[in-house]
Amino acid sequence: MKYQSQAVAKLYFIAAIGLFLGQILFGLIMGLQYVVGDFLFPAIPFNVARMVHTNLLIVWLLFGFMGASYFLIPEESETELFSPKLAIITFWVFLAAGAITVLGYLLVPYASLAKWTGNDLLNTMGREFLEQPLPTKVGIVLVALSWLFNITMTMLKGRKTAISLVLTLGMLGLAVFFLFSFYNPVNLVKDKFYWWWVVHLWVEGVWELILGAMLAFVLIKVTGVDREVVEKWLYVIITMTLVTGIIGTGHHYYWIGTPAYWQWWGSVFSALEPIPFFMMTVFAFNMVNKRRREHPNKAAVLWALGTSVMAFLGAGVWGFLHTLAPVNYYAHGTQLTAAHGHLAFYGAYALVVLTMISYAMPIIRGRAANPERAQIMEMWSFWLMTVSIFFITLFLTGAGIVQIWLQRISATPMSFMAVQDQIAIFYWAREAAGLVFLIGLLLYITSFFVKGESRAFE
Amino acid sequence: MSATFTKSMARNVFYGGGVFFFLLFLALTFDTMKVLPTRDNSQNITPAVAHGKKIWETNNCIGCHTLLGEGAYFAPELGNVYKRRGPDFIKAWIKGQPTGMPGRRQMPQFNLSDADIDDVIAFLKYASEINTNKWPPNIEG
Repeated sequence: MKYQSQAVAKLYFIAAIGLFLGQILFGLIMGLQYVVGDFLFPAIPFNVARMVHTNLLIVWLLFGFMGASYFLIPEESETELFSPKLAIITFWVFLAAGAITVLGYLLVPYASLAKWTGNDLLNTMGREFLEQPLPTKVGIVLVALSWLFNITMTMLKGRKTAISLVLTLGMLGLAVFFLFSFYNPVNLVKDKFYWWWVVHLWVEGVWELILGAMLAFVLIKVTGVDREVVEKWLYVIITMTLVTGIIGTGHHYYWIGTPAYWQWWGSVFSALEPIPFFMMTVFAFNMVNKRRREHPNKAAVLWALGTSVMAFLGAGVWGFLHTLAPVNYYAHGTQLTAAHGHLAFYGAYALVVLTMISYAMPIIRGRAANPERAQIMEMWSFWLMTVSIFFITLFLTGAGIVQIWLQRISATPMSFMAVQDQIAIFYWAREAAGLVFLIGLLLYITSFFVKGESRAFE
Repeated sequence: MSATFTKSMARNVFYGGGVFFFLLFLALTFDTMKVLPTRDNSQNITPAVAHGKKIWETNNCIGCHTLLGEGAYFAPELGNVYKRRGPDFIKAWIKGQPTGMPGRRQMPQFNLSDADIDDVIAFLKYASEINTNKWPPNIEG
């Protein structure tokens, strides 16, 4: 480790992995509730499990982004972190806020939680992914500001690289667009319209800048390719991200009361959204092929290449599958959406955080790379998780296609619940794949504890 | 990538492209907000609808159902449930939960008053009259 303060990343990474495990456990509960409807009812109703599943996802990814930037920015800026103490305080605040919020979801009826946390003062709760009570939302803003402040101050006193600029810009966007979560008009159409300014402009906009910057950083480190080349690629990729992704928001504006012209804007621009992801795949493989060194951390290279491929499949291909308005007319709000959501989040965001952890964690622990046996176990966990999430996606895609047919295309359309009974086999298969994912994740966690001879720094 | 296309050119294209398309997005947003009153059924937003929306939110209905196709995919679409089932059925349904049928998906009992349920129904009626470009394809949602 070049700078002592980079070590704060370790806390963040450990929390991220712990919450990731929680997310998967709740995912398995929900998956089972899809076929055994009364499983754990009324202790954990489906809506509560889902809230925990999706909120843990968001929070662990944020922990991952923060940890990654506390590692990355000092190294890029060639200086110690502005305030490691602030980073540590922010960590505990965020972890405590996250834990209290999840406990609130699990232990208190949601309506009471809303009443006790000041939802009557400012109505923001009860919207998908933005279920957090008002104090938690305010907390997220404060945590994001503290993060942004620390990173910006670090950058200002040191070297300013394209990678750290892009990462900071992504974080700034993350903080700014989250502010729309406080706007909840009674007009349902406006509510939905600006809800997407958080959700879409995060995952198909500014988060991609963070993703690109992190991937570029790891690729420079493990391949030794010239920074000029990597950063030029980075700019071109994220240009395409914003050019396609901003107007691409329109693919959410087909059927929610917004004008019909969005069907054109949304279809054309979101159809181009796979391009930056495809470029990212070409970029990653190109850099690895042109590598000037053999980095001892083979696992990190695998995660990096995996990110580029799975992000392209999940966000690019599965996104394109249902993004054109005439297709989306039938696919909107079905299991096909769920299929895309799972592969895209895993491929783009879960994997890029795991890539950063894979690269940074051994260094924080005082070695260039983990022992051979630990790396082999880590690579096994990559394949188990990646293959099983791909199968989850395939099963949900199957479920979605049959659902669309029976419920929306057939001359004698069946009711929602009748269709759900017909596609139960897909849900069982999905649950089985989910169990394999859990095994992969447990193996991943175990890999941190494998001892053996490790390579020292060169 | 070719050597004549430099990193600083790439950076300028990034900033230029980002700003341009964000401004275009703002322009489209501005137009959307102008056109919206002709489509969004906002003339029928009463205090009952507003209160119904709040009850919808504070009971996390979106955690299982979809509303205009957005939400969870565990329980039926409710954007058009007013037209599919009618107010009396919806009221009886909410009151009758959970069914307790073994192995079936269960909806919690939210202990809403009659007045609250009426407001939720008013909200669902308002939602069902938004111009959604003829979505969903049929009444089953």
